[in-house]
Amino acid sequence: MSKWLNPRSAFGITLIAVALLGLPFVAAMGGQAWVRILDFAILYVFLALGLNIVVGYAGLLDLGYIAFYAVGAYTWALLASPHFGLHLPIWAILPIGAALACLAGVLLGSPTLKLRGDYLAIVTLGFGEIVRIFMNNLNAPVNITNGPQGITLIDPVAFGDFKFSGNTQLFGLTLSGPMKYYYLLVALAILVVIINLRLQNSRIGRAWQAIREDEIAAKAVGINTRNIKLLAFAMGASFGGIAGGVFAAMQGFVSPESFSLMESIMILAMVVLGGMGHIPGVILGAVLLSILPEALRYGVGPIQMALFGKMMVDPESLRMLVFGLALVLVMRFKPAGLWPSPERKRELSEKRTEGKA
Amino acid sequence: MSTNLPTPLLEAKAVAKHFGGVKALRDVSLTIRHGEIYGLIGPNGAGKTTFFNCMTGLYVPDGGGFTFDGAPLVADAPQHAAARGIARTFQNIRLFGNMTALENVMVGRHVRTRAGVIGAMLNTSATRAEEAAIRQRAIDLLHYVRIEDRAGDLAKNLSYGDQRRLEIARALATEPKLLCLDEPAAGMNATETEELRELIEGIRDDGTTILLIEHDVKLVMGLCDRVAVLDYGALVIEDVPAVVQKDQRVIEAYLGA
Repeated sequence: MSKWLNPRSAFGITLIAVALLGLPFVAAMGGQAWVRILDFAILYVFLALGLNIVVGYAGLLDLGYIAFYAVGAYTWALLASPHFGLHLPIWAILPIGAALACLAGVLLGSPTLKLRGDYLAIVTLGFGEIVRIFMNNLNAPVNITNGPQGITLIDPVAFGDFKFSGNTQLFGLTLSGPMKYYYLLVALAILVVIINLRLQNSRIGRAWQAIREDEIAAKAVGINTRNIKLLAFAMGASFGGIAGGVFAAMQGFVSPESFSLMESIMILAMVVLGGMGHIPGVILGAVLLSILPEALRYGVGPIQMALFGKMMVDPESLRMLVFGLALVLVMRFKPAGLWPSPERKRELSEKRTEGKA
Repeated sequence: MSTNLPTPLLEAKAVAKHFGGVKALRDVSLTIRHGEIYGLIGPNGAGKTTFFNCMTGLYVPDGGGFTFDGAPLVADAPQHAAARGIARTFQNIRLFGNMTALENVMVGRHVRTRAGVIGAMLNTSATRAEEAAIRQRAIDLLHYVRIEDRAGDLAKNLSYGDQRRLEIARALATEPKLLCLDEPAAGMNATETEELRELIEGIRDDGTTILLIEHDVKLVMGLCDRVAVLDYGALVIEDVPAVVQKDQRVIEAYLGA
């Protein structure tokens, strides 16, 4: 805790805070589209850190993570839209969404407790698809999800009269909708970073890591591996549910196609590419993988027009090419991820042991 | 069995286990008393580790059962055995390789501590106090097994002897009444074995009963208060080392008759 009082850390934190505060104004110079891209980058940071608990800490390979995001998004969509005529406030919907996603996490977790590695990946993948297909087909005989058309006109996030959509004048600055969402998402992301950090160095966090390292030894020292694994699924799923709720509110529209297998793989790739179990690495992975494709989209088209006078390659297909290449290169040259946790010659061995012993 | 100690710490009654047609354990009955070092020996494949695994809940015995510390031991899950006070090490060392030595021992405190997710997320004062106590106890235990200078190293980077010690420290962190060591001297040279003997005696003198499975007959005979011999899954004899050493059936089991 004394780390916080260190003037150099304080300076660093101030610098990061200023950068985070100013970033949307810089992005807004390039148009609101860029602010929205930032929003999604932060949303993916949130999602990736949620998945990091399951994959990074507990070592459970989850390929269906997007299902929890979908549960959260549809919860918001159904409880705050004209579809059912319900307009519940955020402090009611977000916890309900998180709780339902948590329940989904436990439902997925309990039958898969004895599975590991590839087998677990296959089951979770199937689960993700089941949820998506449910959303796609739950429009008959009773119309719950409105099927493939999705749900529209979803309420934005609002605290009382303060709505996150549309422009607001504040201290002489004009804040657009995406900019306000940006600050909300940053706040949520900081919260999830703190929770990740605290869990990492806690009794439960160590139990997760122990299960990841050797399940039999973990049982032998008295860890109830069933409950601890379920807890990892439940925690990760809850974060997915919250992210989904904010996503639905921000977009104003949800449909099943937002929750494809590709999205699950993207989030997993963010965690793995950045550095499993290492928070700064996961953040880096999420930011890179969410911003680069957009940069490509906006960059490649004009460049091609300038060079050849016509579109040679569709940016969308180029995106998958670059993405695949990046994955291959990272796995070849930095198999532990772009920013893995340092081979932990931890400071605690020298400093803290002497300080406290 | 002349000593009139109160109830034994562990009592195995007719424990049986078979894998398909192979009878790994045939009605093994034995008793371990409070405060002794109890040796379990036998040729390869005699059923020593199977007995161990039945006792610590990794296997469910097909017959018989255990009484531990005055109450039946429901051998359904390893974590329950640990909670009751049975800790073990593994024949092929099983540490948490990518965690530091200190963290390995801290994991051992899991079963004796309570902090949950909410406490950790809110970083409550109770959680912080417990965390500090866990850390301090883990540091003390690393001192106890004399590897405190490796506290910050990843377990997988420790030398073989230190890994054995770390595994014992992790087992001790669960505050066991009975510490089960599965071939702790395997692969050790004479000096390391001697150091291990001192460590085991120290643990016993500090009040923990020890069950020792070992191939090194010299170590077992010198260290143990009583010894049981298994052969083909059946108990051959259970007595003090001096008697066991002279028993004709034991000699036959080891030399092959």
